[in-house]
This record gives sequence, structure tokens and C-alpha cells, in this order.
Amino acid sequence: MLFIFFPIISVVVQSFHVEHEQVIRSVETCDLFGCKQSTTIDQEATAALRAESPLGQFAGLTTYLDRNHLAVDEVGATWNRTDSWRDFGSQMLNLPFYKAMGFTLTYTFVVTPLVIILGFVIAVAVNSATRVLRGPLIFFSLLPMMITPLVGALILFWMVDARGIIGTTLQYLAGDPNLSVKASTPLMWIMLMVYGVWHSAPFAFIVYYAGLQTVSQDTLEAARVDGASRWLQIRHVIIPHLLPLTTFIALMQLMDNFRVFEPIVSFAANAHATSLSWAIFNDLGGETRQLSSAAATSVLTIIGVAILLSPVLVRTWRDFDRK
Amino acid sequence: MSSKLKRQPPAVTFLIVTILAIWMLLAAFPFLWTLWGSFKVEGDFFSKANWANALTGTLTAAETGGRFTGDGYHGAWIQEEFWRAAWNSVIVCFFVVTISLTLGTLGGYALARSTYRYAFWFLLAALIFRAMPPITLVSGYLPVFFQWNLWGHTATTIIVLVAINQPFTLWMLHSFFKNIPAELDESAMVDGCTRFQAFRNVIIPVMWPGVITTGLFSFLLAYNDFAVTAMLLSKENQTMIPKVASFLGTTQTKGNVMFAVSSVVSVTAPLFLMIMFFQRQIVGGLTAGAVKG
Repeated sequence: MLFIFFPIISVVVQSFHVEHEQVIRSVETCDLFGCKQSTTIDQEATAALRAESPLGQFAGLTTYLDRNHLAVDEVGATWNRTDSWRDFGSQMLNLPFYKAMGFTLTYTFVVTPLVIILGFVIAVAVNSATRVLRGPLIFFSLLPMMITPLVGALILFWMVDARGIIGTTLQYLAGDPNLSVKASTPLMWIMLMVYGVWHSAPFAFIVYYAGLQTVSQDTLEAARVDGASRWLQIRHVIIPHLLPLTTFIALMQLMDNFRVFEPIVSFAANAHATSLSWAIFNDLGGETRQLSSAAATSVLTIIGVAILLSPVLVRTWRDFDRK
Repeated sequence: MSSKLKRQPPAVTFLIVTILAIWMLLAAFPFLWTLWGSFKVEGDFFSKANWANALTGTLTAAETGGRFTGDGYHGAWIQEEFWRAAWNSVIVCFFVVTISLTLGTLGGYALARSTYRYAFWFLLAALIFRAMPPITLVSGYLPVFFQWNLWGHTATTIIVLVAINQPFTLWMLHSFFKNIPAELDESAMVDGCTRFQAFRNVIIPVMWPGVITTGLFSFLLAYNDFAVTAMLLSKENQTMIPKVASFLGTTQTKGNVMFAVSSVVSVTAPLFLMIMFFQRQIVGGLTAGAVKG
């Protein structure tokens, strides 16, 4: 059987080989710059090298260590100069890489729990709605998720514009006619996160909703007979039932939010908040395509993803072993 | 007693209705607002004087004579050649879906019927591709494409999108084929079919639901992608999403944000229809677990 199917499998494997080579390629490109320790750490020389040959030159770890990425020198200097953590932190956020990292992490860890909570609330609410209403409810709930992220963010962005509807309302609420979301960093961050929650909550909702369909009615019945109130039923029957789903959603969301990118483009928020993906995009898309810089950020991002993912991978491995 | 307790107290009903109403408002209102606004002139959609102008279209009436205007659409589709981007989108989506489904069905079937644990590695690959920002991959592709002079062609982008998409497609179809009992094709083979005939005559007729769901997700990926298409396509080959983004750069200065607004509506419309027709499959695919669009 396996022999008959060998051609197909090999086609598949080959199709995979292309990809994997490409993935390795992405590591390689930076490896060419970053695989060996070089003793000449000279930023100008690095820039010159980059300019004259985009590939195949050898710059050691310079790209990684320069100001745009790990910025070891600057961090060291800052560390020596400042005495309090708070001060150190604010200095760090002026370095591009740490700025991007800071936003990406904040975004990830703020949006994920909010999405889970909101999704759960909506799922419970929709589940108790009458059957006729559920179809349209689900339809509208899906919209924010299915929409192209860039486009969805744009729509919100226009509404938030100082001349748009939400922007005007905010100005009215704050009593400040000059209030502009675009001009203030904290407001921009909040907007991006609001967008993130808006965009991803439907996913949590759908998964929870599907989970709610499988809650055993007998258990609920039993809980009711024992006099559990509505809240107690949710607390002790439904939430434990949905817990495995929560880990799944949390994982998906962590991965998704870690690569936040499109909203920053459409909110034109790069002055206030940059994410790692955006940093790569910027390097690639500028007048001078800084491939090595982008590659270095890519590798750092991949490392970040790997750290996030490692617990999952270990668990999947165990699951498969058990099978 | 239980039926009595099952009945909702009015406070709970009220709470539920409120939550649902707020959520519906949050989810649907931005779209309706933009759709409505796309038929206005900029002075109304971004009204400085009074936000209600966007609803009533005061300035639209003053500038164009009617309450609604198609100027934004005209400008975007004809003047800025948005139709070209739309056509590119169609090409890219069509080929990405076709290629990844063809490879995916054959591969997924083979995987599901093979005894070795390939499945784990595909799951792994799918997870990794899911987790990595596509743009990190793009930065790996770019230098190679420049060197081979492949940059900017639609075909290159299609291949990259298929490559990024393939682990998912394989994984989803793999788990789908796992659910088709192996006895089905075995009995066909007992009756004298070759392996390929069994696949053709027995499996293909029953595989459509899974294939459609998977195809939907490939379509969404190809349609919604910004990072890959923006980086890999030259200006005349752009698909819709990077085109919209490029409007932003140019239109702000021209004062023609409405081009972008109307093209955004144009981009959204097909998705809207798609969700309407395929809601069941999308929900099914999402809850099947391993995937999200």
C-alpha cells in the first residue's frame, strides 16, 4: 500500500522540501551575516557591506548587536547610566527593537485575556437567545473576524478619525475639542488593542459556542435539582467543561497577536507603536531594502515564537506518543 | 421544579439582550457605517461641522446634486485602476485555492492511509507556519527572488502563498480523510479497483464537504494576505489589499480618501457574500480545531 502511494507521498514530501529549504533559507540569509563571531564591530563598515552586496558578505553578529536590534552597547551604557528600573525601562523603549518588542508583548498579553472573556460572554448570551435569532447573530459575529485585517482596521481608523463618528464622540465625552487619537501614544495603543479584541473575539466566541453545544444537559439538570443558581451552573459546570477549549484559544490568540501587523499599517500608528512584524516590513519596504536587518529581526521574531510555542510543541509530542 | 428554575428571571433576560445588542452594534455597525458613507463625499464622511452630515449627506447633496454619489467608486475603479487589482486578486485566489487543494487532497489522502506517523510532522509544520508571521518568511524569500529575477510576478506570489498555506490544507484534509472509514476504499479494492480507481470513484464523491471547507480557508488566506502580496508584487500586479494600502499613501494628499473608502467596501462585499453562503462550513472548519482563518 505504501509502495503504491510512494509517488504521491514523495510529491508531498518534495513540496515540503521546497518550503523547508526556503525556511532554512531565511535563517541562512542572516546566518551569512550572523553565524560567526566577528571581531571587527564597526557600524559604518556594516552599512557599507550591506550596501555593496546584499548577500554573501560576512558581518558576524554585528547586525544583531547594532542599535536597531539587540543594541547591546546601548543597553550596557544605559544600564550603567541609570539607577532605577523605571528609568532603565523608559530608556530601553527608545531603542527600535525593544520598542517593537514592548508593544508586541503588551499587545499580546492584554488582548488575549480580553478576547477570551468577551468571547465567552457572547457565547453564553447567544446560546441563551432564541433559536431563530441565532443564525443572524452568528453571521454578524463572524464579520469582524473574516474581514481582511487591514480593511477592518481601516474602517475603525476612519471612524476614530478626529472628524469621524467615534472620534467626535470621544471629543464630546472628554470635553476636549482638540483630542485626537492619532496624536497620542497611549490612546493609539488602546485603539490598537480595542481593534485587536474586536477582530479576534468572534473566534473565541465561535469555539466557545461550539463547546456550549456539547455541555451535557444531564449534568446541568442535576445541578439545577441540587439548587444551583444560574451563576453557579456557569461557574461549576460550564466553565470546567470549556477549560480545554480555553487553552486552545489562548494558544491561537497568543500566536496571532504576536504577529500583529496590519492594524499598525492601516492606523498609520508607526510613530507611536511598532510591532516586530512591522519592523521587518519597514526594513524590507524602505528605499534601501535592508535585507540583513530584516532578516535579523525575523530570526529574533522566530526565536520569540519558538519560546511561546515550546510548551505546546512538547505537549503535542506527548499526545502523539501516547497514541 | 426544574422547568420553573429553567425559566429565566427578567433581569437575566434583560442582561442577555443588552449584551447581545451591544455586541451586534459593535460587530455590524462599522460595516454599515462605512457602506453608507462610501456613497457620500469626503466632506460628509469626515464631517468637521456635524457628524450627522454623514447620515443626511448635506454636502453630498450640495456638491453633486444627489443624496448618494458613486464618485468614490468611479474614482477608485476606473481612475485608479482598481479593477486591475481586483482581477489580480481573482487570479491569485483562484490559483492558490486550486493548487493547494489538488496537492492537499492527494497528499492528505495518502497521509491518512499511510501507517507511518507523518501526521505529527505535518501538524508540527502547520503549527509553526501558523505561528510565524508570514513576513519573516518573506524576508527569507526576497533575496533569492531578486537574484533569480522572479520578483513581482503573480506566479511567484501564488507559489509562496501555496507554500505558506499547504501545511494547513494538508492537516485539515488529513484529519478529514481520517474520518472516512478505510473500509470504504478497501472494499472497492476488493471489488477489483486499483488504488487510484478507488480514490477516484469512491473517495472523491464523498470528500466534497471537507474540500470545500479547506478551500474556503485557503481562499481567505490568499484574499486577506497583505504582507506577502505587498512585498512580492510589483505595482501593476498588485492584488486588492496592497492596492488599498497604497491608496492611503496617495489619497491623503489628494484629498480623496473616498477612493479608499469605496475600495474597502468593494473588498468587503465578496467576503460578506461568502460568509452568508458558507457560514455553516466556516463555523464547522473553525470548530474542527486546528485552524483559523
